[in-house]
Amino acid sequence: MILPVVLWSDILIFALAIAVGLFVWQVRKNPLAKARWRTVFENKVGVTSFVIILFYVLISLVDSLHFREPLPQLEGENASDKVAYSSEVKSVLDLVLVNLEEGAETTYSAPFALYSFAKENMTAEDGTVYRDFPRLENGGSHLADEADHLWDIFGKSIQAILVGLIIGFIPVALHMWLRKRAGNTEDYIPWNVAYGTFIALVVISTWILMVSEYYHILGTDKVGQDVLYQSIKAIRTGVLIGTLATLVTLPIAIVLGISAGYFKGWVDDTVQFIYTTLSSIPGILLIAASVLLIDVYIETNPEAFNLTILRSDFKFIALCAILGLISWTTLCRLLRAETLKVSQLDYVQAAHAFGVSHSGVIRKHILPNVTHIILISVVLDFSAFVLAEAVLSYIGVGVDPNMHSWGNMINAARSELSRDPSVWWSVTSAFILMFTLVLAANLFSDEVRNAFDPRTAKGN
Amino acid sequence: MARVHLGDKHVTQEDIDNWKSQRGYDKPLFVNSERSGLDVVTDTIFFDKSIRLLAFDFGKSDEGRSIANDIEERMWPSLALQIPTFIIGIMVNICFALIIVMFRASLFEFAALTLCVGMLSISAVFYIIGGQFFFSKLWNLVPISGYLTGWDAIQFLILPIIIGVIAGVGAGTRLYRTIFIEEASKDYMRTARAKGVSELNILFKHLLPNGMIPILTSVVVVIPTLFMGSLLMESFFGIPGLGSYTLDAIQAQDFAIVRSMVFLGAVLYIIGLLLTDISYTLVDPRVKLS
Repeated sequence: MILPVVLWSDILIFALAIAVGLFVWQVRKNPLAKARWRTVFENKVGVTSFVIILFYVLISLVDSLHFREPLPQLEGENASDKVAYSSEVKSVLDLVLVNLEEGAETTYSAPFALYSFAKENMTAEDGTVYRDFPRLENGGSHLADEADHLWDIFGKSIQAILVGLIIGFIPVALHMWLRKRAGNTEDYIPWNVAYGTFIALVVISTWILMVSEYYHILGTDKVGQDVLYQSIKAIRTGVLIGTLATLVTLPIAIVLGISAGYFKGWVDDTVQFIYTTLSSIPGILLIAASVLLIDVYIETNPEAFNLTILRSDFKFIALCAILGLISWTTLCRLLRAETLKVSQLDYVQAAHAFGVSHSGVIRKHILPNVTHIILISVVLDFSAFVLAEAVLSYIGVGVDPNMHSWGNMINAARSELSRDPSVWWSVTSAFILMFTLVLAANLFSDEVRNAFDPRTAKGN
Repeated sequence: MARVHLGDKHVTQEDIDNWKSQRGYDKPLFVNSERSGLDVVTDTIFFDKSIRLLAFDFGKSDEGRSIANDIEERMWPSLALQIPTFIIGIMVNICFALIIVMFRASLFEFAALTLCVGMLSISAVFYIIGGQFFFSKLWNLVPISGYLTGWDAIQFLILPIIIGVIAGVGAGTRLYRTIFIEEASKDYMRTARAKGVSELNILFKHLLPNGMIPILTSVVVVIPTLFMGSLLMESFFGIPGLGSYTLDAIQAQDFAIVRSMVFLGAVLYIIGLLLTDISYTLVDPRVKLS
């Protein structure tokens, strides 16, 4: 039996997924919000970026189901004895990516390479020692004749793409058939675009999974680990840091911002004082100081963190919390200004005259009218945090070096690029995956802004 | 903390106490009950290290160097990098934004905006790595990193400045475009068109001066903080400015320097806020200080 391992960040990400689900369910009941979201999804760019974000989130959810495998039983042990578990924590995603994870080489190798990147001393059959590039242990080891290299990649790719197309078309065809049967006429979503994106993602995934059985698609790193595997594992870190840090900013910014704008007077003064003070302190210094504190805490309580992954997970959550705690000021300022404006409107005055309580006015009249600001800033913050992680890891105050993250990969890439010939694949692979996520988030935030911002919204 | 500075080996408790008392870390945090009179609050870590900052007395770093001297020495490279990046950046952004506004509702606008979103989705780190890789390593145009004083510094500064400008183009152009578009939908623009003013004249005589008001006021707040240097740029390019000074201090856990830099940053930010308020009254005659 396997032993499930539940990390705090796992709990948080699943709780978050459920919360988003509830939010969607809530939106379905609200006709105005539904109409607004409709304009987001009527747009081709909106749908495409949404599908891509969903794909990233799904990967990180699968990567958040952790477990420990039992070690093989020693001889002379009974099956009823206590099972010893491996100290290596795996996730369900590792089972999918087993081709990438296994088959490590000894050091750097270029994408699709057959030979190692560095020369080694080797002994020829007649006993003489010479220096040359050694053949990779796993990259393309199935090839009988090395002249077939390119053809083999081509053939394997075609095969993988065909399989991917078939796998992708089955759910699409099923969904089309269901839609036809339901006879839904007022469909507004450009389904063809969604299908296209979906199939493209499926084809890419199957291609990666199938070809990686034979080659290292994006090469290997210094210790011979597959670079693509690392960058896929880093998706979870990126998505989590974006969502968790945003989640921390929300309650603080909403409560303080709205109460400052609504109650005015000394409340307003206090809140303004807090956020001006906070934003006057250089952010990176504040983060660095807090991360140092966390390191000290972990060192003084080693018994609470008996697994490496527990330690890096704690550090990671703390980092998200710190990031959130220092970056709520922008949203708070926006909310305060908007609440000041909204609370002067006639219907809020009318509500006061009818004797509606403060909490009632805020909940019924003010919060719905500032939701667009919150939504827009959530999506914008998300991409900002993903980008910030790279910078922080570079400075040395980012996520734990044991954790796969794009920032750590970029950090390592600095010395790799200055080698000759340079090792470019590690930074490229981090770049591609990070760029796709941030671009999708930015495009989606544009669509959300167009739909929700009253100044740009059309029609409603 | 003392252990970090003294190293791991052969450190006795005596050495640590010695190190602490030399730098004044052996005093109590807020209240010194061993002293009498005013010394109860003044002979403490808090007073010694923090209140003195208010008089811009930075004291000495934990390494024993004068922080004020270091700051004075290191601010010039920072300014030499930051001011050109800032000015060229704003000019380029405004030019791009105006061009995009000029070709409103065309395929060009769509392409330019897509490019902007793409560019702002790339982390600044990638611009730096990419720039160093192509310009310095592959094409050997400029040295990868380092610094020289005087006019020789240009060869080291030109790449960071270009990269700094390019990294900011995406976000900046988009922001200024929204400002210009909002300005372009106002009544005086329609009046100008109705009078038959040429499109170029509208752009430069009507749109630009009015659009500059929000742009200037949003930009002023940044000016004093330019002084602090850019953490990323300076450490990647090995420029001995205030940014890399701070970064080194963080990594060496030199709290005297970090404290001074935080204080300096906060003061400069407040000056920036003040300048913003003043600049409102200068550029927009409708706003008056009451």
